[in-house]
Amino acid sequence: MKNFIKLFSILVLFFFTITQSNSAEKIDYLKTDWSFKGLFGKFDRGSLQRGYQVYTEVCAACHSMKYLSYRNLGEKGGPEFSEAETKAIAASFEVTDGPNADGEMFERPAKLSDKFVMPYENVKAAQAANGGAYPPDMSVLVKARGGGVDYIYSLLQGYEEVPSGMTLDEGVHYNKYMYGNKIRMSAPLSEDIVEYGDGTKATVEQMSKDVTTFLMWAAEPHLEARHQMGFKAIVYLIILTILVYFSMKKIWSRVESEV
Amino acid sequence: MSDHEYVPSSKFGKWFNDRLPLLTLASHLTDYPTPKNLNYWWTFGGILTFCLITQIVTGLTLAMHYIAHADMAFESVEHIMRDVNYGWLIRYIHANGASMFFLAVYIHIFRSLFYGSYKSPREIIWIIGIIIYLLMMAAAFMGYVLPWGQMSFWGATVITNLFSAIPLVGEGIVTWLWGGYSVDNPTLTRFFTLHYLIPFLILGLVVLHIWALHVPGNNNPIGIDVKKPSKDTVPFHPYIVIKDGFALLMFMIVFAFFVFYSPNILGHADNYIEANPMVTPAHIVPEWYLLPFYAILRSVPDKLLGVVAMLSAILILAALPWLDTSKIRSAVFRPLYKQFYWILVADVLILGYMGAMPAEGLYLLIARVATAYYFLHFLVILPVLGFKEKTIPVPLSITEPILGGSPNLAMAKKKESLDK
Amino acid sequence: MSDKKPERRDFLFTASYAVGAVGVAAVVWPLVDQMNPDASVKALASTEVDVSSVKPGNTITVLWRGKPVFIRRRTQDEISEAKSVKMEDLKHPERDEDRAKDPQWLVMLGVCTHLGCVPLNDKGDYDGWFCPCHGSHYDTSGRIRKGPAPLNMEVPKYEFVNANTIKIG
Repeated sequence: MKNFIKLFSILVLFFFTITQSNSAEKIDYLKTDWSFKGLFGKFDRGSLQRGYQVYTEVCAACHSMKYLSYRNLGEKGGPEFSEAETKAIAASFEVTDGPNADGEMFERPAKLSDKFVMPYENVKAAQAANGGAYPPDMSVLVKARGGGVDYIYSLLQGYEEVPSGMTLDEGVHYNKYMYGNKIRMSAPLSEDIVEYGDGTKATVEQMSKDVTTFLMWAAEPHLEARHQMGFKAIVYLIILTILVYFSMKKIWSRVESEV
Repeated sequence: MSDHEYVPSSKFGKWFNDRLPLLTLASHLTDYPTPKNLNYWWTFGGILTFCLITQIVTGLTLAMHYIAHADMAFESVEHIMRDVNYGWLIRYIHANGASMFFLAVYIHIFRSLFYGSYKSPREIIWIIGIIIYLLMMAAAFMGYVLPWGQMSFWGATVITNLFSAIPLVGEGIVTWLWGGYSVDNPTLTRFFTLHYLIPFLILGLVVLHIWALHVPGNNNPIGIDVKKPSKDTVPFHPYIVIKDGFALLMFMIVFAFFVFYSPNILGHADNYIEANPMVTPAHIVPEWYLLPFYAILRSVPDKLLGVVAMLSAILILAALPWLDTSKIRSAVFRPLYKQFYWILVADVLILGYMGAMPAEGLYLLIARVATAYYFLHFLVILPVLGFKEKTIPVPLSITEPILGGSPNLAMAKKKESLDK
Repeated sequence: MSDKKPERRDFLFTASYAVGAVGVAAVVWPLVDQMNPDASVKALASTEVDVSSVKPGNTITVLWRGKPVFIRRRTQDEISEAKSVKMEDLKHPERDEDRAKDPQWLVMLGVCTHLGCVPLNDKGDYDGWFCPCHGSHYDTSGRIRKGPAPLNMEVPKYEFVNANTIKIG
């Protein structure tokens, strides 16, 4: 048993160090309370809805979110807009459909089943419109960055004066938290750039938190279901383990002394 | 093999069993005499069987939705995660299941190393195990390519490029593997096919592995031969079944924590970026379970020799029954070997850590030392130890009382004569 | 060896089996359910069709849940013919008013109930449809009149969401 604990602790230590080494250098990201972290983490609906607003009004001009569908906005575990609101949101976008009976493509309002409309036709068009830099698709962006939500939250607030001694090319900005500190995107958020429907003050910090929460949901729409199922699964396994443990002791009591 | 003829209780059972002796097989498996002193390190064989079945079942259900085409693979995985009923659950079980599979296999292998389970007469079981391990690595490598993320693509590029190190035919082999001039769609589709196939090859080998085991029977913590059946053994069912069941449940709790609360912690963030042949990630790293070999590969400055070193590190294990010259099986009675064993464990963990680091500076130096030591352990230390080591006397049987600390042959013999 | 009553020992084992069985069921369900229609398929479960350009006597075919749906704007003659058929003459008796609430519009799955081919419009002996695969004839209400098909062409759930739009499904 002692050896087992020894090995187990070695392994836990090992896994921990491995996972740390996978992420970027030891940068202290800005910290905030994320409601979705932890065993019982859930999304804050209001924050998700505000985050969607920030995404649509600020980010969607350049960043696609191609793996999301409009119906996701109304599904359980997400912003949970009402069906009417979700339909209205979808209908405010135009999608290309067709070919029609004349063999032509045509535009129509988006339906719930449509995917989020992309700001650019393709990657090359996105690059061309942004000085060669491709604004990454945001569907799984939070999972595609080692620092996760802390990284994105910090980056949005991390625009600072260029430190003395450093010169940046045309169109490049200094960001304290960006990998390599150089970023093509100019600071996207400024105070009150969005007017929140629920009256919350749109500070840069508030918008950063809301949009990052929204991005977390976009990357992991089933997070809440996963946490809930996990809790039940682990409680169940513990109960069954206890029952089986005592069954085992009962059965082995038939055998004389252990060695 | 069995010294009693099993007779099925029902008429249908008897009729069927006369034609295909499945019931006899089942009775052999349930009655199979197992040493009663097995500790929890012996439960990992059963755990591994569970892992294999889990991967096959989740893999099959994923394959119903996955599209093996470079243009659609990444999207199909997102479709699984978002739209397929419980798709996220099945995907996370499969991805984390691979890590759990390797965790269990390493514990299983290191159990064998400690207790001498690879020694005569169990050499073939051991060698089949090495082949299973190689197939696991091949399956895991190809499986990781399928989501077609950045690590999928570049990991595939780096590892397939290794074959170009082979003189003369190397380049040709790489083109043949790729089905093109770089890792691209043909590579993906054939990797999918092979990834689907290999687990069934592993399943067949596992059957042979267990069959070969049942000839001599299990090894045990004190490494002595055990008479079967005897008061030193218990029937597999229910004793070992329930113990394996308990251990499996503990394993599943750990598994559940990963799947439900940290499903991406063992992976690499870059694999959530779609594969881009124009942009190489800053650090190309394989999954954690391949890191020690990655470290060995990069320790050698020469491309071909690096590949040879990496392969040798695995193949050398196959020679282990003959490299280890000691007549004593279990490290319990081999105090010197025991210390070298733990040094080897540390060495492998260090290699793993170095595999995750950039191959430069201090990291590279440490990796090289650790690589050299790894080969030293198997090629020099083990053979020498067999001759030089002073071992502790081994008891005659399991149920023989243990007096004081270490079982003593003379006292055992005396007790035996007193018992008569 | 144990003094405990047998029932006590059996209870532990029975409880373990029972709790274990719950777990097995919980594991099996997702593996079965993943084959059910996924969210993206269910999102396309209904389709809205603009029928403003369909003139009397014309039929359009739209795709719904992967199958063709015939939407015919019937002429007065076709409607009268459909309503005058006697129930005894029908292999699958159905009144026309039960198949077309608004008699001007006939909406049905364009799939022959014999073996699944798509019948041809304005063909056959009953002024309706004719299936070329095995010779089934359907009338102006889409009902089987002659040939091997056992049932009338299926009428799906549909409704007019406004004067110009039919929502199917």
